[in-house]
Amino acid sequence: MTTEEKAAPPAEEKREDSFLSHFLHNLWAANTVTVTVLSIVLAMIIGAVLIIVSDENVLNTFSYFTARPSDALTASWDIVSNAYADLFKGAILDPAAISAAADGSGTWKQVFFPISETLTYAAPLVFTGLSVALAFRGGLFNIGGQGQAIMGTVLAGVAGFALPLPPVIHLIAALLAGAIGGALWGFVPGILKARTGAHEVIVCIMLNYTANLFLGWLILQKGVQQEGRSDAISETVKGSAQLPSFGGELRANLGIVLAVLATAGVAWLLNRSAFGFELRAVGANSHAARTAGISVAKTYTLLMVVAGALAGLGGATQVLGTAYALTPAVAGNIGFDGLLVALLGRNRPWGTLWAALLFGALRAGGNRMQSFSGISLELVTVLQALIVIFIAAPALVKAIFHLRAARAARLGTSIAKGW
Amino acid sequence: MANDHIDLTVEPGEVHALLGENGAGKSTLMNQLYGLLQPDEGEILVDGEARTFRSPRDAIAAGIGMVHQHFMLVPVFTVAENIALGSERTRLGFLDRRRARREVLEVSERYGLPCDPDALVENLPVGAQQRVEIVKALTRDVDLLILDEPTAVLTPQETEELLTVMRGLCAAGKSIVFITHKLKEVKAIADRITVIRRGQTVGTATPDTPEDELAALMVGRAVSLEVAKEPAEPGREVLSITGLVVDDDRGVRAVDGVDLTVRAGEVLGIAGVQGNGQTELVEAVMGLRPVRTGSIQVDNEDLTAMSTKQILRSGVGYVPEDRSLDGVVKEFTVAENLVLDQYDREPYGNALRLDSAAVGTKARELVDEFDIRASSTGTAVGTLSGGNQQKVVVAREMSRPLRLFIASQPTRGVDVGSIEFIHGRIVRERDVGTAVLVVSSELDEVVGLADRIAVMYRGKVLAIVPPDTPRDKLGLLMAGITGDAPAAPVFEAGDSPASADEGTE
Repeated sequence: MTTEEKAAPPAEEKREDSFLSHFLHNLWAANTVTVTVLSIVLAMIIGAVLIIVSDENVLNTFSYFTARPSDALTASWDIVSNAYADLFKGAILDPAAISAAADGSGTWKQVFFPISETLTYAAPLVFTGLSVALAFRGGLFNIGGQGQAIMGTVLAGVAGFALPLPPVIHLIAALLAGAIGGALWGFVPGILKARTGAHEVIVCIMLNYTANLFLGWLILQKGVQQEGRSDAISETVKGSAQLPSFGGELRANLGIVLAVLATAGVAWLLNRSAFGFELRAVGANSHAARTAGISVAKTYTLLMVVAGALAGLGGATQVLGTAYALTPAVAGNIGFDGLLVALLGRNRPWGTLWAALLFGALRAGGNRMQSFSGISLELVTVLQALIVIFIAAPALVKAIFHLRAARAARLGTSIAKGW
Repeated sequence: MANDHIDLTVEPGEVHALLGENGAGKSTLMNQLYGLLQPDEGEILVDGEARTFRSPRDAIAAGIGMVHQHFMLVPVFTVAENIALGSERTRLGFLDRRRARREVLEVSERYGLPCDPDALVENLPVGAQQRVEIVKALTRDVDLLILDEPTAVLTPQETEELLTVMRGLCAAGKSIVFITHKLKEVKAIADRITVIRRGQTVGTATPDTPEDELAALMVGRAVSLEVAKEPAEPGREVLSITGLVVDDDRGVRAVDGVDLTVRAGEVLGIAGVQGNGQTELVEAVMGLRPVRTGSIQVDNEDLTAMSTKQILRSGVGYVPEDRSLDGVVKEFTVAENLVLDQYDREPYGNALRLDSAAVGTKARELVDEFDIRASSTGTAVGTLSGGNQQKVVVAREMSRPLRLFIASQPTRGVDVGSIEFIHGRIVRERDVGTAVLVVSSELDEVVGLADRIAVMYRGKVLAIVPPDTPRDKLGLLMAGITGDAPAAPVFEAGDSPASADEGTE
C-alpha cells in the first residue's frame, strides 16, 4: 500500500537514536491512515483463519497436528497463500498473463483484464459512496442509497431503451435520467426531514423497499419486458446509450472516468462552494447555522437531492455500463456497499474513491479466488465487513497493535453523528 | 506548556481560590491533581507524602475529589444510581440500591446538602445537579474537593447557596480548591487566593485585596472593571417592538405583550433573572422564533415577515446567548466562523462559490482588530478559550455596517480581559450611532453598559429605569416587585414614554 509511505512524516529529528522511534511514533500514533491499513491487515488475517477452518482437507491435517505439525502448517500456508495470490491476480495483475502476452501466446487485453474488472466493480460504488459521504457531512445518514440507485437504474434503463436519440445525446440523457431518478428518491426523505422532522433513516429504508418492489413490477410490464422473454428482464439498452468500454473482455467503461470526475466535483462542492459551506455548517452545528441565517430546511432538502442524484448516477453506470438491461437485482448491493465505502473513506471524497477501488478490487479478485481456489465469494463479503468493523473500532485496532491513542482519530464520532 | 513550575499548597479546612483567565492553566493543574493528566516534572504531596496519580481512582483513594465544570452525570439515572456509579456495591450480584440511597441521605444530611436520592438527574435544575456532584465526591470520603468553575452555570441565587455549602464543608474540616475567574465570588469565600497567568503562579493574595488589583494580577496589566463611556446621544427610533407575544418551545407564553424602543446611539439593557422571556424576545426579533402577535420594526421595516438571513443582511448584528450552541461551529476554522453569516456575499463569495483568499484576508484583519488569540486563522474554533470564541462571534457581527446590534449575555463565561474588550467594542458601536440592545443576567453588566434599563419579569417589561437606579430597587424589580410607589412609574423622562408602565397593574 502506497498510503503507508505517504503517512510517513517528514521527520527531521536531530538525535540519531530517537529518529526511528520518532518516525514510528508519528507513523503509528496520530495517523488514521495507519488504522485503515492495519484494519485491512487484520481483516486479511482473520480471513486466513476462516479459509483454513472452512477447508476439510486442511482441517484433517490438524487432527494429527501433534504427531506431524508440518503437514497442517504446509497445508494451511498453501491454501491461504494461493487464495490471496488469486485475490491479487484477479484484482490487479496476473504475472502469468504478462509472460503469456510477452511470448505471444496471450493478448495484452488479458494483462489488463483484472484491473478492468476492478474498475468496473468500483465505478458504481464510487457514486453511492460519495452519496453517503456527502450526506454524512451535512449531518444526514443516507441509508437510502440503495433505493436511490435502483431508481437511477430504472430511469436510466428506460431512457436507454425507450428514447430515440442520437448517440452522445442519448447517453447524456440516460445518465441525467438516472440522476433525476435518484434525486427524486432523495428529495422525499429530504423534504420530509426539513418540513416535518421525520427521521431520514426511517423514510429512506421505506423507500428502499418501495424502489425495489417498483423495479420488480415495472420489468414485467408490457413495453418494458424484453420481447419473447417470460422471465424478469427488460429491453436491452440501445448501443447509443451504453457507456463506451474498451471492448472484448475488458468491461471497464466510461463510468469510472465519470466517477473520478464526480469525486472531484464533490470535493469542490464540499470545500469551495457556498452550498458546501452551508451543508458543513448544518452538519457540524445546525443551531449555529440557523442562527447565522442559513436555512437548515433548505440545506437538508438540497443535500438529499444531490446525494440521491449521486446514488442514482451509480445505478445508471451499472445499467448503462455493465448490465445493459433491468433485472430485479440489477443494482446489486451498491447502495448498501456505498455506506461501507463512505465509512472506509472517512466521508472524504478522495478517500471514498480509494475505498471504492479497494472494494472493487476485492470483488474482482474474489471472482478469481472462487473459480481457481474454490473459496466462496462470501469470503470477500466477510473481508469487507471485517475491514469496516475494525475501521469503526479504532481503539480495538490500536490496542491490538499497541498504538498510542491517536489524537486525530474521530471515527467513532463520525459514525455516531449520522444518527 | 500549560503549567510551568507551579507551586500550590492547600491547608486543611480552607477555601483556596485558584484565580486565572480562561486558558491560564487552572484546569490543567487540577486535572493533574485529579489524576487525569500526569505532570512531566514536580511532585504532589498529600499530608506530606509524595503520591503519583495514574487515574482519578488513585486520586480519590488519596482523598481528592473533583466536581467538573461540565457535570459527569448520567441524565436518565436517579441521584442514588449516579452516586453509586463508579464504586457500585453489590449484594448477591445486584446493585445495592438501598445502601446507595442510605449513603446519599447520610451525606446530604451531614453536610446540609438537600438531595433527593430517587429523583432523576435529568429532571433536576442545574444547581441541584451540581449538589449531586458534590455529594458524590463526599461519599467517596474525600478531604480535598476541587470545584472547577462551579458558578459558571449557576444563577445568582444558586451561587449564593453554593457559597453557603462551601462554608459548611470547610467548617467540617474539608479543604476546597475553588477555580474561578469571578472576582466577587473569590472575595466572598476564599481564605487564600493563588493567581495563575500563562501557566505560572503570578502571586498569592488575601480576600481583602481590592478587585482591580486581583484583576490586574490575572490579566497582567491594569484592567478597568468599569465601562468607560460618554453620555448617550440618542437619535431616531431604530428598533420598535409593540405588543409582542411569543411562545417558548413548550408552547407556553414566554413574552407577553412587550413594548420596547431602542434609539440610534443608545444602549438599552434588559435585566432580569434568566428565563423571564429575554431569550424568546431576542429570538423573535432575529426571526428565529415565530411571533404570535405584535410587531417588530427596524426603521419601519417589518422584521416579522423576514427570514433570519434577511434580518442579518438588513444591518442587524446578533450575538446569541449560548455561544457554543448558537454562536460558533466548533469544528470550523476561525476564518470560516468569521464569515458564517456572510459567506455567500461579496467579497467572500457568491451564491455558488467561496473565495477562500478573501475569507482568509478578512479573517486576518479581524483577528488583529479584535485581538483574537489563535495560533492561526485556520485553527478550529473549538480549541480556543471561551473569551476568544466570543470575540470571534462579536468580530463577525461587528464586521459590517449595522443599524441595530443585539447581544445576549455578551460576556458569559468570558475572562476579565476579554470582558473589558467586548464592553469597549459595544460602547464604540453605540458611539457610531448604532442602536444597541444588551440582554444580560449579570446585573453589573447591564448597569455598566446600558443607558436605559428595561427589567423583564414573567414575559413583561416591568419598568424602564435609568442606570443609576439603586441596586436594591433593581433587585426587587427583577424579583417582580414593582415597589412601594406604584403610582409613580419609573422611567426616564424624555425617553420612549410609550413603553414603561406595561405590567404595573
